[in-house]
Amino acid sequence: MSAPLAVTLEPFRKQLEGVSGQPQKTALEALHHTGLPDRRVEDWKYTSLRFLAGSVFHKPGKNYDSAKARAALAALGLAEGAVAELPRLVFVNGHFVADLSVTKGLFACSFYTADKAEPGSLVRSDREPLAALNTVLAENGVVISVPEGIDAGQVLLVSLGQADSDAVSYHPRHSVHVAKGGKLSLLSVQAGEGHYLHNPVTEVFVAAEAELRHVTLQAESDAAANLSTLYAQIEERGNYDSFVVGIGAALSRHEVHACLAESFAQVHINGVQRLAQTQHGDITSVITHAAPDCISRQTVRNVLDDRARGVFQGKVLVEQIAQKTDGYQMNQALLLSGQAEIDAKPQLEIYADDVKCSHGATVGALDDDQLFYMRSRGVPEGEARQILIDAFLEEVLELIGDETAREVCKTVIARRFPVSEEGA
Amino acid sequence: MSQFLDISGLNARIDADGQEKEILRGVDLVIPPGEVHAIMGPNGSGKSTLSYVLAGREDYEVTSGSVSFQGKDLLEMEPEERAAAGLFLAFQSPVELPGVNNANFLRTAVNAVRRARGQEELDAVNFLKTVRAAAKELGMSPDMLKRNVNVGFSGGEKKRNEVLQMTLLQPSFAILDETDSGLDVDALRIVAEGVKRLRSPQFSALVITHHQRLLEYIVPDRIHVMAKGRIIHSGGPELAQQIDREGYTKFLAEAA
Repeated sequence: MSAPLAVTLEPFRKQLEGVSGQPQKTALEALHHTGLPDRRVEDWKYTSLRFLAGSVFHKPGKNYDSAKARAALAALGLAEGAVAELPRLVFVNGHFVADLSVTKGLFACSFYTADKAEPGSLVRSDREPLAALNTVLAENGVVISVPEGIDAGQVLLVSLGQADSDAVSYHPRHSVHVAKGGKLSLLSVQAGEGHYLHNPVTEVFVAAEAELRHVTLQAESDAAANLSTLYAQIEERGNYDSFVVGIGAALSRHEVHACLAESFAQVHINGVQRLAQTQHGDITSVITHAAPDCISRQTVRNVLDDRARGVFQGKVLVEQIAQKTDGYQMNQALLLSGQAEIDAKPQLEIYADDVKCSHGATVGALDDDQLFYMRSRGVPEGEARQILIDAFLEEVLELIGDETAREVCKTVIARRFPVSEEGA
Repeated sequence: MSQFLDISGLNARIDADGQEKEILRGVDLVIPPGEVHAIMGPNGSGKSTLSYVLAGREDYEVTSGSVSFQGKDLLEMEPEERAAAGLFLAFQSPVELPGVNNANFLRTAVNAVRRARGQEELDAVNFLKTVRAAAKELGMSPDMLKRNVNVGFSGGEKKRNEVLQMTLLQPSFAILDETDSGLDVDALRIVAEGVKRLRSPQFSALVITHHQRLLEYIVPDRIHVMAKGRIIHSGGPELAQQIDREGYTKFLAEAA
């Protein structure tokens, strides 16, 4: 392994030295070959990883600040109400922390360790360089297996980042397997302080007639990067109902590869992004209809203020065998400032001839008529703007089926974006 | 300047597709406290523009003239400040607010105005009691409070919702911009009753309408004829019948 290190991998030079284990070596080889993607790579045309350059990302130690971690959990609204009662798995800087976790009532859960690493049958380290980076550097992560026919209730998975003067990177590898007829509701919350890279890879298997509700709340530190890759496979009549809320991080990408592998399977990849200042948020998905009679649904709304930039890439691939496919995709953006930007790239590739696939995209500003109407009823401008923004997001947040998860998301969004007195 | 509402030499224009268009050309109008005045006039005479300028819509640029409202310079105030000061505009085409619950919006508006007026805010229970009673008087189904503001409302329902807002915001001066359009006779009567209930020595109104029918229910103290951005004729309530019989031609000829 004497190949020169690609420039884009410089930030990880130290961590990439002395890699052992075969899956890791194979992934590293692929990584050496490609480097991390730049914007000449079609799938990364709108999202640049230049943010990572110039930093040195250290491997974080296991020490953490317990008081800060507890304060962070409270600030996220996870210490009160229904969500406080849930079994929870808390990771700090990618390491599982038993002291902050509650595993009582948790079904079949174990942990990923690098030495007994399975490469994962869905993860494509050869195709996605960030997944390869994860495979090389992953040390920990949770493995949840819901047994056949069991309703495992709800689980909270929290990732907290703690970086001081040194930037750190952590690369957890999670796996969620819901066996035939099983059920699980997973709320994944990602937050932190300081300059770090969180690069999780998650594998999701939803077996026949199983259901997984999965809400991801990405509220990372303003100085952090969150680059998530998720691979999902859904079998006959299975349902993977996912929702992502993106409000944090300087740079984020939520990339989902979902395969509807057997007939009558369903996938929902919905989400909202609420970004400001110079934040960059990317929701990218590839949905493959590989069997007939499957349903895919995707509704994503973006609210972008200041110089924030949102990216939506949604590919729906309907294979020849996938007759009677029912696909729907909608991406909408509300731009609150003249400098905000949305890049939307829907991509339908259909090889079957009897399908129903629709997609659409809208971009707009707050409606002056609506604002004036509300102000003429005495509602101050800042409050009127907030009501319209909330209404725009609310219609999509209603798609979160789990009420506890929905309330956590709403609370965190409201705390991050309080009503301004002045208006814009 | 001791009048309740005093509009003097008001000129306003709008920027329409890069072209500036004068719409108000010297409006003079005085409305004393406790009086209801009506403005009638042909399409495009500037009636709706006048209502928007009074309510503070930013699309219109006031180029000269003044408006004094209860001794204050109305044109200097933000739309929400005008609402707090007691001005209410019932829109000709009420705006839909998808995703905004009607009852919640009403409460937000009522409490914003109460706050600005130095009154105590209403709690949820008291507010609901008040709003339900008011809605019932206007013949509105309770269901309309649960829906989103004006979304999927019929023309008549939208107008009733405007009158409901007006009832709750307790203005001292209301502008009704063609509130009668699109209403059947029964709805018209209910809306007129709503306005009548507000009538008091402390309440004035400006009713903009095309038809004299509404003025049979809300009998105005004065009627003004507006054309080409000015008030060209004023008279008593009998003017409505005259316009209904003869149209505006005579007034337009006199003003020319």
